[in-house]
Amino acid sequence: MASSPKKAVAKDSGQEKGTGSPPAFTREQELKALRDMLLIRRFEEKAGQLYGMGAIGGFCHLYIGQEAVVVGMQMALKEGDQVITGYRDHGHMLACGMSANGVMAELTGRRGGYSKGKGGSMHMFSMEKHFYGGHGIVGAQVSLGTGLAFANRYRGNDNVSLAYFGDGAANQGQVYESFNMAELWKLPVVYVIENNRYAMGTAVSRASAQQDFSKRGASFNIPGKQVDGMDVRAVKAAADEAVAWCRAGNGPFILEMQTYRYRGHSMSDPAKYRTREEVEKVRHDSDPIEQVRNRLLAAKVSEDELKKIDAEVREIVNESADFAQKDPEPDPSELWTDIYRESASK
Amino acid sequence: MPIQVLMPALSPTMEKGNLAKWLKKEGETIKSGDVIAEIETDKATMEVEATDEGTLGKILIPEGTADVAVNTPIAMILADGENAADLAKVPAPAAAPSPSVAEEVAESRSPVGEGKPMISAPHHPSAPASVSEPEPEVPAGTEFITQTIREALRDAMAEEMRRDPDVFVMGEEVAEYQGAYKVTQGLLQEFGARRVIDTPITEHGFAGVGVGAAMTGLKPIVEFMTFNFAMQAIDQIINSAAKTLYMSGGQMGCSIVFRGPNGAAARVAAQHSQDYSAWYSQIPGLKVVAPFSAADYKGLLKAAIRDPNPVIFLENEVLYGHTGEVPKLDDYVVPIGKARIVRKGKDVTIVSWSNGMTYSLKAADELAKEGIEAEVIDLRTLRPMDTETVVNSVKKTGRAVTVEEGWQQSGVGAEVAARIMENAFDYLDAPVARVSGKDVPMPYAANLEKLALPSVAEVVAAAKAVSYR
Repeated sequence: MASSPKKAVAKDSGQEKGTGSPPAFTREQELKALRDMLLIRRFEEKAGQLYGMGAIGGFCHLYIGQEAVVVGMQMALKEGDQVITGYRDHGHMLACGMSANGVMAELTGRRGGYSKGKGGSMHMFSMEKHFYGGHGIVGAQVSLGTGLAFANRYRGNDNVSLAYFGDGAANQGQVYESFNMAELWKLPVVYVIENNRYAMGTAVSRASAQQDFSKRGASFNIPGKQVDGMDVRAVKAAADEAVAWCRAGNGPFILEMQTYRYRGHSMSDPAKYRTREEVEKVRHDSDPIEQVRNRLLAAKVSEDELKKIDAEVREIVNESADFAQKDPEPDPSELWTDIYRESASK
Repeated sequence: MPIQVLMPALSPTMEKGNLAKWLKKEGETIKSGDVIAEIETDKATMEVEATDEGTLGKILIPEGTADVAVNTPIAMILADGENAADLAKVPAPAAAPSPSVAEEVAESRSPVGEGKPMISAPHHPSAPASVSEPEPEVPAGTEFITQTIREALRDAMAEEMRRDPDVFVMGEEVAEYQGAYKVTQGLLQEFGARRVIDTPITEHGFAGVGVGAAMTGLKPIVEFMTFNFAMQAIDQIINSAAKTLYMSGGQMGCSIVFRGPNGAAARVAAQHSQDYSAWYSQIPGLKVVAPFSAADYKGLLKAAIRDPNPVIFLENEVLYGHTGEVPKLDDYVVPIGKARIVRKGKDVTIVSWSNGMTYSLKAADELAKEGIEAEVIDLRTLRPMDTETVVNSVKKTGRAVTVEEGWQQSGVGAEVAARIMENAFDYLDAPVARVSGKDVPMPYAANLEKLALPSVAEVVAAAKAVSYR
């Protein structure tokens, strides 16, 4: 593993080019980034394991490889800022501070899950953490996230919403309907396009006429930037810029995060559309967690300290897996609840 | 203790597979994420990734083994400092936790009575509005004003916007143009551009923006120029607005009204003349309202705006200019979920809503001339449906006719007929008759259009048929 951060996966040919290394993190920031990314990685590995055991059913889309994106973005937010994403959402929830127990128990369909077991992997929410889902329809979260920004503007606060979507969703029509309204009404929304290079099994080059996603807002005059999404420092720096732009009332901003998912699209994806060598190369050259770990080691943080973080994270994840398997399934009466809210009396 | 690697499942339905190939040998070091083996089923080949680190201690299932059951231990990984002697310490594998799915499914379905006759009304959960709130009393001496339905709708929105600063209206041409059908006339002048918002022609997008805003607690009124165009937005209405409360375990609601003209206008042909009553009324999580009288348009729209759930408010363009008597009260709210008996009668029950009431009431007049007293029920709300009012009437008359402008197959009339059969079979003296729009796309030519819609004569004929007269 190289000790200096490598340029990420894809070529850096955006509207605005980053030059050289992004601003350095403090030791505390590096340690926090490492811990948060490790938590997501270990959680997802465990989820994959539980899926293989049959404890998790249906669809299960793992975030392994993309951890730097949500962790870096989250570092730029303040209380009240909202987050919304698609169905590859476990990492976003953990980054928002939602509990590993609640997320894992939702994956296993138990009553202690964030949606009482009624939503599953793709549909979880937390009003407390301002996480608005978890959406299973590709691209729907882009209009919804624009609506979150609309609400901020309507209320006159200075909060910003982050609407995450992938390179696949970026080709949906409602994305551009939303871009148009967001710029027209100067809504404070950062569109974070997680370009992991494959929409399910279709490579970007086979699906997208314009492969530079930072330019996808150009005809609406929305500024955009390509970012090395494997380097958490680069993500944080871009997030700071985009969030500040939105908070100041300038309208939306697009960030294309160049990233990579190591696992298949979902658990039942045999991943025949790419070579094992390609995956190995990304893991070897630009793994987001190894980058931070190597920087910390170079800065004379001891192996022992890093092992302690790893152990702490593993304990959280193991406990969540334990909880998620012991927690009872929802009571059958839950079938009939939460369909309507009772009308408040006048 | 050594860690067991179990045979994984490629999908929720996979029970066994073939261990095609080992990519690591015993004694090799393994890092989390390394591909250690390949497994295959008749559908796919997949790689098994290690989720733990250590040394591959022992391969338990050799490559080439077919039909390995899911969760069978296939290898053991030794952690740092362990050796082959530790392999013996591993206990027999515990069966993976598998929830008793079959049992619970059966149990949870029992309320809707699968496989047994339905004696009582089917289980329609959480339809609180239909039972808790009585029809508002209009006090004696209340003054009435004569208003068009268009004005009644505008007044309802204006009153609710004055009452609650979180209520706003958005849609195409709602502000500067004063509404494509002038329903939002004057709202921009009173409430300003912050709360009366012209959108681009972007139904899918602005429906999603409205739902997103509603998820934060705002109360949008989203106007569709007509519900025909809402087909572009139906994913956001159903998948995002209607289902989120359930999918979030009750955490995140969505108080939003989608309103606009629905069904046939006049001479606008197939793409602009569709009735969506049946479409939306099928969706749990939505409430669906389709009023007929001016007073109900006002009182039900106010109720819809206050409702904490997504409400589909189906208007009718043909009715916009009709006038009616609206109580002159400060706060006239009609509860969602209650039908109204518009005309009393003892011989036959006619059930309709929205513009279907026009044919139904005229038919009742015709029938009266022939000595048949029809009881005419305006459903007003399609979901939750007021089964009780309909069933009580049929128990009295023994005969029923449904009248709708929409298509017959899987229509609202079919649902009403089914509920009558389920709840009042023994009272029926004739099969329920359905009068509906014809099973064709709406034609443009004036004569054909007339033929495609229901008519007074058809309602009269159906009422006579079920009365054997």
